[in-house]
Amino acid sequence: MNLLRLTATEALRRLADRELSSAELTGAYLEQMERCEGDISAYLHTDAEASRKAAAAVDASPGGGTLAGLPTAIKDVLCTRGIPTTCGSRMLEGFIPVYTATCVSRMEDAGIVSLGKTNMDEFAMGSSTENSAYGTTRNPWDTQRVPGGSSGGSAAAVAAGEALWALGTDTGGSIRQPASFCGVVGLKPTYGAVSRYGLVAFASSFDQVGPVTRSVRDAALMLRHLVGKDPLDSTSVEHPEAIADPVDRDLSGLRLGVVSELAGEGIEAGVNEVFREALARLQAAGAELGEASLPHVEYCIPAYYILAPAEASANLARFDGVRYGHRASGAGDVTEMYELTRSEGFGDEVKRRIMLGTYALSSGYYDAYYGQAQKVRSLVVGDFRAAFADYDLLLSPTTPTTAFRIGEKVDDPLSMYMSDVCTTPANLAGLPAISIPAGLSQGLPVGLQLFGPAFSENLLLQAAHSAESVLGFQAASPLVEELD
Amino acid sequence: MEYEPVIGLEIHVELSTRSKMFCGCRVKFGGVPNTRTCPVCLAHPGALPVMNRQAITNLARIALSLDCEIPERSIFHRKNYFYPDLPKGYQISQYDQPFAVDGSLEIALEDETARIGIERVHMEEDTAKNIHAGDSGRIAGSLYSMIDFNRSGTPLVEIVTRPHIHSPRMARAFLNRLKNTLLYLDVSDCNMEEGSLRCDANVSLRPVGTDELGVKTELKNMNSFKHLEKGLAQEIERQRELLEDGERVVQQTVHYDVASGEISPLRSKEEAHDYRYFPEPDLVPLVASQQFVEEVRRGMPELPEAREQRYVSEFGLPLYDAQVLTASREVADYFEEALGLFDDAKLVSNWVMGELLAFLNTAGQELSACRVSPAGLAELLHRVRDGDISANTGKEVFAEMCESGASAAEIIAARGLTQISDESELEAVIGQVIEDNPDQVEQYRGGKVKVIGFFVGQVMKQTGGRANPKVVNELLRRRLSE
Repeated sequence: MNLLRLTATEALRRLADRELSSAELTGAYLEQMERCEGDISAYLHTDAEASRKAAAAVDASPGGGTLAGLPTAIKDVLCTRGIPTTCGSRMLEGFIPVYTATCVSRMEDAGIVSLGKTNMDEFAMGSSTENSAYGTTRNPWDTQRVPGGSSGGSAAAVAAGEALWALGTDTGGSIRQPASFCGVVGLKPTYGAVSRYGLVAFASSFDQVGPVTRSVRDAALMLRHLVGKDPLDSTSVEHPEAIADPVDRDLSGLRLGVVSELAGEGIEAGVNEVFREALARLQAAGAELGEASLPHVEYCIPAYYILAPAEASANLARFDGVRYGHRASGAGDVTEMYELTRSEGFGDEVKRRIMLGTYALSSGYYDAYYGQAQKVRSLVVGDFRAAFADYDLLLSPTTPTTAFRIGEKVDDPLSMYMSDVCTTPANLAGLPAISIPAGLSQGLPVGLQLFGPAFSENLLLQAAHSAESVLGFQAASPLVEELD
Repeated sequence: MEYEPVIGLEIHVELSTRSKMFCGCRVKFGGVPNTRTCPVCLAHPGALPVMNRQAITNLARIALSLDCEIPERSIFHRKNYFYPDLPKGYQISQYDQPFAVDGSLEIALEDETARIGIERVHMEEDTAKNIHAGDSGRIAGSLYSMIDFNRSGTPLVEIVTRPHIHSPRMARAFLNRLKNTLLYLDVSDCNMEEGSLRCDANVSLRPVGTDELGVKTELKNMNSFKHLEKGLAQEIERQRELLEDGERVVQQTVHYDVASGEISPLRSKEEAHDYRYFPEPDLVPLVASQQFVEEVRRGMPELPEAREQRYVSEFGLPLYDAQVLTASREVADYFEEALGLFDDAKLVSNWVMGELLAFLNTAGQELSACRVSPAGLAELLHRVRDGDISANTGKEVFAEMCESGASAAEIIAARGLTQISDESELEAVIGQVIEDNPDQVEQYRGGKVKVIGFFVGQVMKQTGGRANPKVVNELLRRRLSE
């Protein structure tokens, strides 16, 4: 049996039935990490010994928690007490947090076994992990290609069998886009559903923590452990519904709107082909398909690339060399210390976005940029509301292309930004959205994205689960398949 | 040309809440540096602010005491700038939607009454404290600087007046009144030395009878109201001279040197600050529901004006006494506590105003540091009323109580001050005095009854002032008439 193909749900059942120990399961992942990390570089920090010990401890005391013994990867943007947290940046090289992010401690309380911290674009700014200061993660389906980003390390780890599942974060598509590129499931919850405490902020009004998994049921399982009001995050709320385990059923009666603006022009032919075929199968399974419109969606990318950098320009001001992280030497005064520290500590993309954001907030430009972008945000919220009057859920491809080649877009920020064109609308509107694998185009995974109304995670996960079985995507990356 | 000064004030008040504005760290002045900190007030990566409910309640109290409107919704903004005492690189503050607006405070001086408008009252957080190594304590010339984050994130309320103040004296009176109100509200200790109350003043001149505002300058961080008053007067004089010479006032921040009494411009920053305010995404809008505001209103303590009226109507005190006693919450509290133990309001008032305040004034002492408790004063007053000591002796005892901290009973016993009222004891002394002064006896008997004062004085001298004057008078009259 190939343990690396197990879903978390299935692994949990076997662990409960004592068919499998956490030591065996964790061992299989550690072995795969040893075998593949040289090619994939999904992790920034691992501690095999600590993982083994944690697994053994779970085996020694059964009944330890609802996720007891599940080997989990954690994106390096989430603070973990006593364990390095770098956000893929030189700025935080060697930084060890004094506290653990709420989402991580909820998972730990449920008994997960941590496999390590995964690579990412620096401070979650990027769509390929090429912006990591510690090297690029490679796509397990084709190591010449990017895994997507910014949660590229988490998606690649799950796809390569280097983790059973993983925690990611999504600001403009950072869970869904890499999930799509790597052929795994990625869910961005409704804004406020999951605590952001301990998530190193990129853009506070967009950031959400969510699962990267091998199945929709796994995403539901992890989400159930993440949601809930956190007294340490004022923007978090109690989810109005308990997160349910999706059941096996068809799609009859479900009204699905295909977002016309995100499903035509600009979508690669191969992606479109897989997407159209998926639509036909959903329809055959009883879904009522129609065409939906989000008229202002074309302004999402420009609005996103004003608002997110504006927030980032303030969020990253704390990295000043005074209290922690990198501090340049040789500065003559405090201003020079700031300049040198930040020049040395941040990479190009981070600097670009800090400058963009600073500019957009500057006196005399605020109304033209930040103000206008906020209006777009309101319009997009209105667009979704109108569309959800006619449809239960909306559909689009997750990304306009499959995984691109390493280096292909790194010098062309605009084309890089366009790979988020289908995902940013959910972040602007604060809505939940999920990407599930729909098929392959020239051997590379294609993701199908479903959007739901705020706090409709149960509906969204149920539909995604039904769609998942209708689409029947069984393929795993070669690194996993070759072990079958 | 006649010029009129136009002054506006900006006051920062540190709230004395239990915990900081956005985290659970204790609020307290001083202490071992960096011991009251956490990931939030140190701005560690990933940490988030959570509003302090008590701070908002205190803020609402201040707003209500200044007769402000409290909109149902206000929001927080980020004010962005780099400085080592600002760990996040931005201060969480309020900008175009402050907590409270449009209030006023009426100030009555002997010859001038003014209603000073309050433009806004808003909530923000204090910075950490930079400590510069070196003798001057200033950044210029220091080898290195240290930062104490104990203050970082302390709740800070900003109160901005309208430019309704037209004399330095009125500015000082306003600040005194505001400080007293804040103390009554129990929201801040208002300790200027420790920086829990800080004040900046904007001042400009304009020809009398015109409405347009002139070019203003700013006096920053004045550490006492007295210095602020003097500094303003000095700056007004400087501006007047400039204008009279046909020169122009330059908009800038000026420094008033307390020692030399001189005004000098502060080195102006090379460029104007652009704080790039934008709404704080980590906090939800602050909703001050009608119910919340009403609850705060119901829980408001008695303010100086109401207390003053009560002292007149309930205790029958003259208006002057009521004003003096209630001018400070501490003094009024002291008065009422003493009154609880000694039921003669006028007498307590006389002693508090005459003796206690006089002593504090001469000694330059704060009431909180005074060694005589209200109970101590009440005990002393009982001894006076019971005739154990005379009122004059009582005053001496009070002075010693202030100096030494001993109780009235201890001082009276130690110095043997108890009055002699025993007639047989006094008879002996009086007999001797009469025998020693035949001339005066002659005068008295000849109709010059005023001479009795001489005899009383002699008896007092003999008894070291301890003789009960009432008894001595009676006995003398009786003996001299024999």
